[in-house]
Amino acid sequence: MAQNGHNEHPKYMLIFLYLFILTAIEVGVAIPEYSIVIKGILLIGLACGKAILVAAYFMHLKFEKGILAAIVITPFLICVFLVIMLMPDITMDSRLNAIEKPAAEVVDTTQR
Amino acid sequence: MEQATTLDHTEDVYEPSLTPDSLGKLGMWIFLIGDTMSFGALLAAYAALRAGAGVIGWVPPSEILGINLTAGMTFLLICSSVTMVKALESIQKGNVSRMCTFLGLTILGGVIFLGLQAYEWTHLIKHGLTLTDIPEHGLKGGAISGSNLFGPTFYAITGFHGLHVTGGVIYLIVILIHGLRGRYTAEFNHEVEIVGLYWHFVDLIWIMVFTFIYLL
Repeated sequence: MAQNGHNEHPKYMLIFLYLFILTAIEVGVAIPEYSIVIKGILLIGLACGKAILVAAYFMHLKFEKGILAAIVITPFLICVFLVIMLMPDITMDSRLNAIEKPAAEVVDTTQR
Repeated sequence: MEQATTLDHTEDVYEPSLTPDSLGKLGMWIFLIGDTMSFGALLAAYAALRAGAGVIGWVPPSEILGINLTAGMTFLLICSSVTMVKALESIQKGNVSRMCTFLGLTILGGVIFLGLQAYEWTHLIKHGLTLTDIPEHGLKGGAISGSNLFGPTFYAITGFHGLHVTGGVIYLIVILIHGLRGRYTAEFNHEVEIVGLYWHFVDLIWIMVFTFIYLL
């Protein structure tokens, strides 16, 4: 496998600083109460950013052959697909819940 | 490729396309890809159960779990990832004692992480979050109604991750012992790189677990 990453060391402390800042932003984003959808998009985006930083620089994926990155990204895409496959089940389930729950609580479900 | 000849245990009857170090690295990547699917399945199940339960049927995790402690744990794992890359950087420059110091710091980070997780678990169990039960009232005092699958999924995911950290600490200790015996040099250090891959992966997974379970 590629040996070319060995001589050029990325600036690890800079990556560490980025990770620290992203974690701080994540916590800052998570604490206030607001729409779960926006919160989810923000948090997942930030987490993916951190994951990419770790994989690219700490695991030297950026300095390996491109095919390895393609192989590594595959299971993550399959995981996304897995969640999409579960979607029909999730929506069916909450509809059933909504039928059984009293009206006041159903209103609550749609709010968040 | 030319590194193969520097290793004493290669019997070059034919020219293998994978050298011993690239083979080890590829093997670790394959293991990590498989592991990604395990964690992916667990987190997808968590997401499905949580979404299926709706807002009323699920405890808001932040009601039960404080964010501060786990934010500290996240920071700790990121720090131990940095010491891990520093260890690899040191041995690539041929500095064995510096590598051993940084490996030791990485192990320390992992052990403290496990200690904090044990503290968190005992705390949660004392307050009634078990595999079958959730606290009547959140730890912060908010009322919570109904029982649900939060406990089992929470313990399964954080436990599986904790198991990986435990394995990583043992793995790192083995590498540290090899390092102290002078096994690694500036030319021969792919084993340090491979343990690094594993350790960074554990960090990467924690970033995801932290986001999905503690923050969302």
